[in-house]
Amino acid sequence: MAEADRQRRVRLVVMLVVLTVLLLVAGLAAGSDGWSLRTLWATLWGDEAGLIVGQIRAPRTVGAWLTGALLGLAGATAQGLFRNPLADPYLLGSASGATLGVVLVLAASALVGHGISLATADALARIGLVAAAFAGALLGVLLTLALARGAEQTTRLLLAGVVVSVVLAALNDLVTSAAPDALRGKQAFLLGSTGFLGWASCAALGAGLLLALPMAWRLSRALDALTLGEDSARSLGLRLARVRMALVAALALATGLAVSQAGLIAFVGLVAPHLVRRFAPAPHGFTLVASAAAGGTLLLMADVLARSLIAPQEVPVGVLTALLGGGYLLWLLRKRRFA
Amino acid sequence: MKPHASARPVRGVQRLNAVQPVRAVLLALALCLQAQASAQVSVRDERGATLTFSAPPKRIVSLLPSLTESVCALGGCALLVGTDRFSNSPASVLALPKLGGLDDAQVERIAALTPDVVLAATSARVIDRLESLGIRVLVLEPRNHADVQRSLATLAQLLGRPDEGARLWSAIEQDMREAAMRVPPALRGQRVYFEVDAAPYAAGAGSFIGQTLARLGLGNVVPAELGPFPKLNPEFVVRAQPDIVMAAKANLGDMAKRPGWAALRALQRGRTCGFASEPYEVLVRPGPRMGEAALTLADCLVQIAKVR
Repeated sequence: MAEADRQRRVRLVVMLVVLTVLLLVAGLAAGSDGWSLRTLWATLWGDEAGLIVGQIRAPRTVGAWLTGALLGLAGATAQGLFRNPLADPYLLGSASGATLGVVLVLAASALVGHGISLATADALARIGLVAAAFAGALLGVLLTLALARGAEQTTRLLLAGVVVSVVLAALNDLVTSAAPDALRGKQAFLLGSTGFLGWASCAALGAGLLLALPMAWRLSRALDALTLGEDSARSLGLRLARVRMALVAALALATGLAVSQAGLIAFVGLVAPHLVRRFAPAPHGFTLVASAAAGGTLLLMADVLARSLIAPQEVPVGVLTALLGGGYLLWLLRKRRFA
Repeated sequence: MKPHASARPVRGVQRLNAVQPVRAVLLALALCLQAQASAQVSVRDERGATLTFSAPPKRIVSLLPSLTESVCALGGCALLVGTDRFSNSPASVLALPKLGGLDDAQVERIAALTPDVVLAATSARVIDRLESLGIRVLVLEPRNHADVQRSLATLAQLLGRPDEGARLWSAIEQDMREAAMRVPPALRGQRVYFEVDAAPYAAGAGSFIGQTLARLGLGNVVPAELGPFPKLNPEFVVRAQPDIVMAAKANLGDMAKRPGWAALRALQRGRTCGFASEPYEVLVRPGPRMGEAALTLADCLVQIAKVR
């Protein structure tokens, strides 16, 4: 049994590595003229190779994988933390917090004289969308933690997350109804986009992954203990409040970074851990790392499709992750029922 | 009843005299009807619905900024009793009640204003609700030059000033011709990238903006096949290397920071048009100010030619 599980894990790892490598190549080949290996070859040796492949396609490809990886990791962390397979990275208020940050920056100039001063508007505009989204995501989670009075009780934390999400979303709508110019930008943020990921974004995403992954990994044994129930975990000597706080921190960091760089990409965080667990049941250490890899693979796949389906136009990448992820979940549910 | 019956073909010479008075009555009746018909207006909207009014409407609600502008440009500004919240031109409409947007128009307030007709876009959710309340809705949504011309004609008819539509359109045409003449010859045929949103969405050759650019003798990096406002892969723009980049000022400022976009020669050489929010609004509304928009574009092109 253990041997069979080990084999499945190995198979999953091999599959994810192969898929990632293939998709990385596809990511370099998929451009505004559709995708073909022959044109990639021509582009690579053309005058514009450094620009088109080096500065646009490569960072976009790597960035999409890293964003997906952060979301996959955050999803696996959230599902372990809440012991709930429906938990996703946006649960603790980070999504609506980030959206509020973005909307405030977008609406700043329009709201001068209607509640905010010119100086505030200027400051907001200078912060920029990325920083505002990141700050908003973290503030959303902090607000949730404050409402839940720490991470002691998961139910309270979940409920606080829902309340914060709803309240912040309402504020979002309030701002956009006062400054309708911000609507389009908000819509773009809600759909998510990998189009403008450059090397600077990749550096931020990579650093975030390097920070959050070891953090989550170190706590994976605690997540394993939690699966036995809170009392058992406590009797094993686990200091639940502190462990949860650390997990929430890793979750917030990973989600905040992903969201600030690429917007609210749907479903990757929810589906990636399911994909991994289905293929190879394993302790949380493996699940966390593999979910990150699966998330990266899934988002990169969606990104390549987004670029090539109707090139040179683009399908919003969030639409594709929702379709791919949602389709997979439906298939999973159906399979379970008939199994 | 009677006139109808006596209108049957009359046989026999001896009855000729008896017909004369009937004719007179008929003539009077026809004159009467015609007098009424001159007040009556009948217009067809984009759904194909024909709306007939016994007299030109006296109270109008407009739920689309370009229609608000059109009504005012046709001299009907005083008839407007309310607009959507986005209508902001001409300045006089700012004082009117704001009745929400495309998806959240306030049915109760609109009904309370007892408009004779509501002007709305095809996608407005409120249409069915208003019609079920017995309020007449004229659906118009100009998307290109021909649409604008047609909608101006329709609105002119509605206002009971059928000639105004053609007059206004020829004024727009006149402005476009003048703008085209102002474009420096060196810039004719240059390919433009006109960004309408940072996502990036661009104005394609088939959009009304693309049509205006074509009138000015300019090319477009986005072909008409991609639709009026396609969401592009950012790489497409970098590869297309447009000769001139046009966008709202706020978006233009950040463009060079996008991955790879610093390589755009138009950005490097300052061959750009960054529009402040007011002129930009004129540019992105398919309405009576399209001529003004063309002149704005021409002004920018003159500046670009100077930089060179």
